[in-house]
Amino acid sequence: MNTFTVSPSPHIHSGDSVKKNMYGVIIALLPTLAISIYNFGLGALVVTATAIAACLLFEHLIQKFLLKQETTIWDGSAIITGMLLAFNIPSNLPIWIIVIGALVAIGIGKMSFGGLGNNPFNPALVGRVFLLISFPVQMTSWPTIKNTFLSYTDVQTGATPLSVMKEALANGELPTDVLGQIPSYRDMFLGLQGGSAGEMAGIAILIGLAFMLFRKIITWHIPVAVLGSVFAFAGILHWIDPMMYAPPMFHILSGGLFLGAVFMATDYASSPMSNKGGIIFGIGIGVITVAIRVFGAYPEGISFAILIMNAFVPLIDKYIKPKRFGEVAKKK
Amino acid sequence: MNIVIITILTLGILGTLAAVVLYFVAQKFKVIEDPRIDQVEEVLPAANCGGCGFPGCRAFAEAMVKSDDISSLNCPVGGAETMNAAASILGKEVAASDPMIAVVRCYGTCDNRPKTNNYDGAGSCAVSASLYGGDTGCSFGCLGEGDCVDACNFDAMEMDPKTGLPTINDNCVACGACVDACPKNIIELRKKGPKGRRIFVSCINEDKGGAAKKACSAACIGCKKCQKECPFEAITVENNLAYIDYSKCKLCRKCVSVCPTNAIHEINFPPKKVKPVAVKKPVAPVGDAPKTAAPKAEATKKENNPSVESKNKEE
Amino acid sequence: MLKTFSLGGIHPPENKFSAGQKIESMPIPSQVTIPVGQHIGAPAAAVVKKGDTVKVGTLLAKAAGFVSANIHSPVSGTVFKIDKVADASGLKKESIIINVEGDEWEESIDRSSDLVTEINMAPQDIVKRIADCGIVGLGGATFPAHVKLSVPTGKTCDVLILNAVECEPYLTSDHQLMMEKGEEIMVGTSILMAALKVDRAVIGIENNKKDAIDHLTNLASKYPGIQIEALKVQYPQGGEKQLIDACIKRQIPSGKLPIEVGAVVQNVGTTFAVYEAVQKNKPLFERIVTVTGKSVSKPSNFLARVGTPISQLIDQAGGLPADTEKVIGGGPMMGKAIVSTDAPITKGSSGILIVKGEEAKREKMQPCIKCSKCISVCPMGLEPYLLMTVSQKAIWDRAEEEQIMDCIECGSCSYTCPSTRPLLDYIRLGKGKVGQIMRSRTK
Repeated sequence: MNTFTVSPSPHIHSGDSVKKNMYGVIIALLPTLAISIYNFGLGALVVTATAIAACLLFEHLIQKFLLKQETTIWDGSAIITGMLLAFNIPSNLPIWIIVIGALVAIGIGKMSFGGLGNNPFNPALVGRVFLLISFPVQMTSWPTIKNTFLSYTDVQTGATPLSVMKEALANGELPTDVLGQIPSYRDMFLGLQGGSAGEMAGIAILIGLAFMLFRKIITWHIPVAVLGSVFAFAGILHWIDPMMYAPPMFHILSGGLFLGAVFMATDYASSPMSNKGGIIFGIGIGVITVAIRVFGAYPEGISFAILIMNAFVPLIDKYIKPKRFGEVAKKK
Repeated sequence: MNIVIITILTLGILGTLAAVVLYFVAQKFKVIEDPRIDQVEEVLPAANCGGCGFPGCRAFAEAMVKSDDISSLNCPVGGAETMNAAASILGKEVAASDPMIAVVRCYGTCDNRPKTNNYDGAGSCAVSASLYGGDTGCSFGCLGEGDCVDACNFDAMEMDPKTGLPTINDNCVACGACVDACPKNIIELRKKGPKGRRIFVSCINEDKGGAAKKACSAACIGCKKCQKECPFEAITVENNLAYIDYSKCKLCRKCVSVCPTNAIHEINFPPKKVKPVAVKKPVAPVGDAPKTAAPKAEATKKENNPSVESKNKEE
Repeated sequence: MLKTFSLGGIHPPENKFSAGQKIESMPIPSQVTIPVGQHIGAPAAAVVKKGDTVKVGTLLAKAAGFVSANIHSPVSGTVFKIDKVADASGLKKESIIINVEGDEWEESIDRSSDLVTEINMAPQDIVKRIADCGIVGLGGATFPAHVKLSVPTGKTCDVLILNAVECEPYLTSDHQLMMEKGEEIMVGTSILMAALKVDRAVIGIENNKKDAIDHLTNLASKYPGIQIEALKVQYPQGGEKQLIDACIKRQIPSGKLPIEVGAVVQNVGTTFAVYEAVQKNKPLFERIVTVTGKSVSKPSNFLARVGTPISQLIDQAGGLPADTEKVIGGGPMMGKAIVSTDAPITKGSSGILIVKGEEAKREKMQPCIKCSKCISVCPMGLEPYLLMTVSQKAIWDRAEEEQIMDCIECGSCSYTCPSTRPLLDYIRLGKGKVGQIMRSRTK
């Protein structure tokens, strides 16, 4: 007689897996990596490879020796953390600093909370912000684009459009004048601007977003809410006083907004579960980002904005519930 | 210099003020509580297991202080010692209670009870039990997913990978968490017995003899031999299943030897006059005796290795 | 745009291998095992005893209570014994075992295949006949049909909805029934409409059965008030609440029955059984069962007597493939894996699905990555990941607060979960526990 397998229903599965989702995100990050290499050459490659390798290594070591569990480094999540960390730091950052960043990202940002799926904050951002506070000089001297292709740490550095704007406005210059000193919107969208290794090309990130939406890895809610609220909030400020505040398009296209909205805010574990919650979360990020950029000390605020909103996620999840079936009928 | 003095003075005055305010607030909001609650709580084990039926040791201490008659209250974890200590604080009488221990009434090991299907659902007895009869022909027996082990707060239980059954060691305080956790009601709290000696039917299968035996070679088949043998009328057979009332059982061990399927287990007894057949005896016990290395109970007459193991398993 | 329900849903591969296979009558087995509890509600009480001679259609067990159903003999012969026999889930249930002798039917049953269209019974008589004939929901839930037809006082019903969706992958029994017994189903629908005193009926059919939609649409022109609605192919379109939402855009409030929004839902197979009961006086003792699976050599639709061992149906469909790892009673989404093929077909057996080798095994469970895909597919708008966690931790009051009782156990969440977590396993457990708590509260 056969011995059958018995399990509760359902007896079929979609075949979706953690790996498929994670590697989907990695594929979506590739166009950004390509532009980064095109802009920064060897530096971008070294930084990305170092960050990924360090993240994998630390996750492996922690799982094997501290937590004594099976290592799951090839599920793709550590690779994503590594890539995102690399994309958030200048491409001329020395290797040892990157390794520290990776240790903080994986060790504190992810594993200390229980590993995959349990991190309340985006691990890459934890690492990035740690580095930004610890090594402010190295973290804010961005190489200019199109240096010699083979250079790494020894490159010419320059300010990003955001820091140019911040400084100029602080000196009393008019936003419209500043716009002349920085790349055009079109160039910014195509990635022809200085900045961290992977944050400058809106177009590449949008391609990644389209891919992730197509594969149903993420939903549109968070990216659209972030971008929309940045545009709206910056637009309101600009409308109130065009002499004081930069136009909304500038905010959308400069800095790490696209990278943050598409890849960092949508991190599964540190974003709200429901779509409604995602929109609230996204709006929060957008408003805080613009607030930091315009009123704060830092020229860029998306990382802090995401981390701050990450802290609100449990609260959002508790009170913002998905629409239940039959609710409409109840209200009638 | 001035600054230092001013600082010290300011902070000092602030601190004193705060202390005074705090003192009055503490006086104003003081909750008057029977100090004996604290004293009783002190002697309780602080396990907060809920074995007494109260949500934690403090609630139990309150109940002890409040009620005049505490004979119905018992802390299974602390046992008689704790209860006496607590009662002496309160000057009340404690009902003498026998120490209890949890007992797994299933001996459907992998050998005794062949699998008829493979369970592939969530690793929880509760899920498995709500789904179907189980992965063997016996729909009463242990499902082996370890809900009882998860429920145990005292490190008294673990799953034996060899038998697929839970084992209970001397850490057991009879809190009853495993009894509640088991969806098949296999685990029972029984009298620990003098020197930990106890006898029980390690089966709860209510199928007719033939069906039970077919599903598991160690099943109680309801043959009533033990009932006839028992001089103290401690054994009843109902629904094809024998049950030994531990309050009547005098541990004479007569039933153990008559059971044709070795479903009656004896624990912590000195070996009977060793019959040469049972030479295999040392193999199993030494290996997986979880606690005491004291001489293990002997199997019944037959060379029945599994039942020897069981003695240890129940320690 | 095809109509569909408003929240969630998935689209698993349809794999309807047995579609278009003519309904084949199973040979009568030499012995049948009839469990007395084949329906939701109290098991019926046996009215025969060992040694009694029975005919096809003889009452074997009488409904015990309102929510219960009569059970009739599917064969003629002698009662061999009444005993506890392991059912498909390995649990021992009281069953009546009959040794078959010949095939003699009760005289009261009209065995001709003539179509009787004229309905000459009063509504309450129709309901009574349905109860007498032991008709239960044949979609799989086996809820006694007469209970649904008895509209409670204070409630009104204005529309009958026929569930011809068959959204479970693999299964084709309802599809084939519609193709072969379309006229009877139309009459059955009219009978149900008469019983409920409504003048509107909607038959919801998923759009992957275009031939059935066309066939029934043609027939419907002759029957007033019956409307055929093609629905989007989306699981769980056949869930009662989802079907009502899709067909007439009314959502049943949490914890309420369809009658709350003035609808009664019956399965199309049940409707055929109602036709036979009312027009031919034939009790429910046989049904159409799909036997299918990727490895099955001859996927088929059988007309089988209740009590036939599952193994016989599998043999008739080409035998049990050697690499079979799992046999499921019902469809792959909501069916139950069975322990042994010796178990009998019951009133609720809509299909037998054979799964081979590794496809039967679940993947290893991984940590929840909070991807929220379970939320987006849940047709009830619940949060399966959360319900699983609270059930695991036994926080029942929170589970109730999060509306665990609204779960329809469709399995969309477990199907979708990238971490292959057993979401529904634990939710079902939690539902059981919360249900108990709620019942003990009302007492």
